[in-house]
Amino acid sequence: MNKASQARTELLNMEELASGTSFIHGLHPLTKLLVTILYIIVCVSFPKYSLSGLAVMVLYPVFVYQASGIPVSTCFYKLRFVLPLVMAVGVVNPFLDTAPLLYIGGLAVRGGVVSMLTLMLKGVFALMASFILIATTKADAVCAALRKLHIPDIIVTLFLLTYRYISVLIEQVAVMSDAYALRAPNQKGIHISAWGSFLGQLLLRSMDRATELYQSMQLRGFRGEFFYADTAPAALRDAVFAIASATLFFTARYVDIASAIGGLFM
Amino acid sequence: MIEFKNVSFEYENGHKVLNSVSFSVADGESVGLIGANGAGKSTLMKILLGLLPYEGEVTVDGLRVEKKNLPELRRKLGFVLQDSDNQMFMPTVYEDMMFAPRNYGLSKVEAEERVDGVLARLGLTELKHRYNHKISGGEKRMAAIATVLAMEPEVMIMDEPSTALDPLNRRTVINTVNGLGMTKLIASHDLDMILDTCTRVILLHGGELAADGSADVILRDRELLEAHRMELPFCLAGRI
Repeated sequence: MNKASQARTELLNMEELASGTSFIHGLHPLTKLLVTILYIIVCVSFPKYSLSGLAVMVLYPVFVYQASGIPVSTCFYKLRFVLPLVMAVGVVNPFLDTAPLLYIGGLAVRGGVVSMLTLMLKGVFALMASFILIATTKADAVCAALRKLHIPDIIVTLFLLTYRYISVLIEQVAVMSDAYALRAPNQKGIHISAWGSFLGQLLLRSMDRATELYQSMQLRGFRGEFFYADTAPAALRDAVFAIASATLFFTARYVDIASAIGGLFM
Repeated sequence: MIEFKNVSFEYENGHKVLNSVSFSVADGESVGLIGANGAGKSTLMKILLGLLPYEGEVTVDGLRVEKKNLPELRRKLGFVLQDSDNQMFMPTVYEDMMFAPRNYGLSKVEAEERVDGVLARLGLTELKHRYNHKISGGEKRMAAIATVLAMEPEVMIMDEPSTALDPLNRRTVINTVNGLGMTKLIASHDLDMILDTCTRVILLHGGELAADGSADVILRDRELLEAHRMELPFCLAGRI
């Protein structure tokens, strides 16, 4: 199996994860979407030196990963290519913000180091929350939730088709890579001279397939609405989950829980 | 009743694919659409489905194939694509089958009843919760047919339904097609399958109607078939 086939399998496995039956899977997609958005907004809103306050926000992913039965290692494995990019954000901060912010055992820690860690943590938390949303909610259900929020159908359809297009694109890469490798057995990867035509063919072929896919949807009554993706109506557990999550987020944001806990031991 | 009147189609570069094609298909008829590569079979079906613009007139039960009528028309027409991978876009067979009935306003319970009924009729119940990317080509083809049947279409349009199937799966598809009571329009190079499933054959050549008549007559006419870059069905090859 080549790398592209592996990537496609991983993508399709996400759909399998989303078919689970845990408490988190059973929540209404709109609840999960709104809570995720709120979580990301609250995380991002933390001041740049508020590392201890932000750290409390880890409780949400810890809870949802535990409750959904999806190992956090799955998240880190699947996001292995994106995480380093997120971690790279703010890497220059220690060089720009050199003023000491705090001392640990007499060692001065620059403000830039704290802000870099805060930025990294924000990125990682946002990715973890987005991943758990996708891993516990089918793409079509997310789209249905977006439509309920009155996001225009053209944008939502675009999102869905892009999501579907990714797997089509990867599949085409896999097929074309195999075809190339079979005729260039001693070559590692695709030679630079073939990149242009490879990419062009890839786009044309995947466009054709994507068009056929969309036509197939149209021919079975799809007109931008996601009637088929509806789930059970929002229930009491959705309200409880949403209120509990929001309470946690705002408490973490406006109450310095870490300092309060630390104060107990001082 | 499906009617094609002087239907023509050409690409923007001027390449003419269909040239004044006229024929009609009565309700309940089973019609095979045959012809060499590039004869215009797929184009003809896409025009009927409202996927391509055209000149002339195409009607289904008196309803002209044009943009404003497409929602109503597409409820009547079920299309099985040549490549089942493009047909099955949902994660599981069940979700794929629920797609059309839910879009057409059936409640979840009604749609599920219909899905279960179709799966039972085709003997595919064990496929219900399987993932589309984990079933075999033959199963996928049958599932693709099932997804279309879940729409309860009045006309079944099939593009190369027996392509890439092993003999047993091919026979299963043929038996399934023969068990369908609705109007059928089947495009295929598999003339044995056309002989098994269709009573009438339309032969296209170079975008024009070359012959239209009984399947038994046209598919036994070696001269006619060879003149249009085709061969007798294998089952008849040694006998005629």
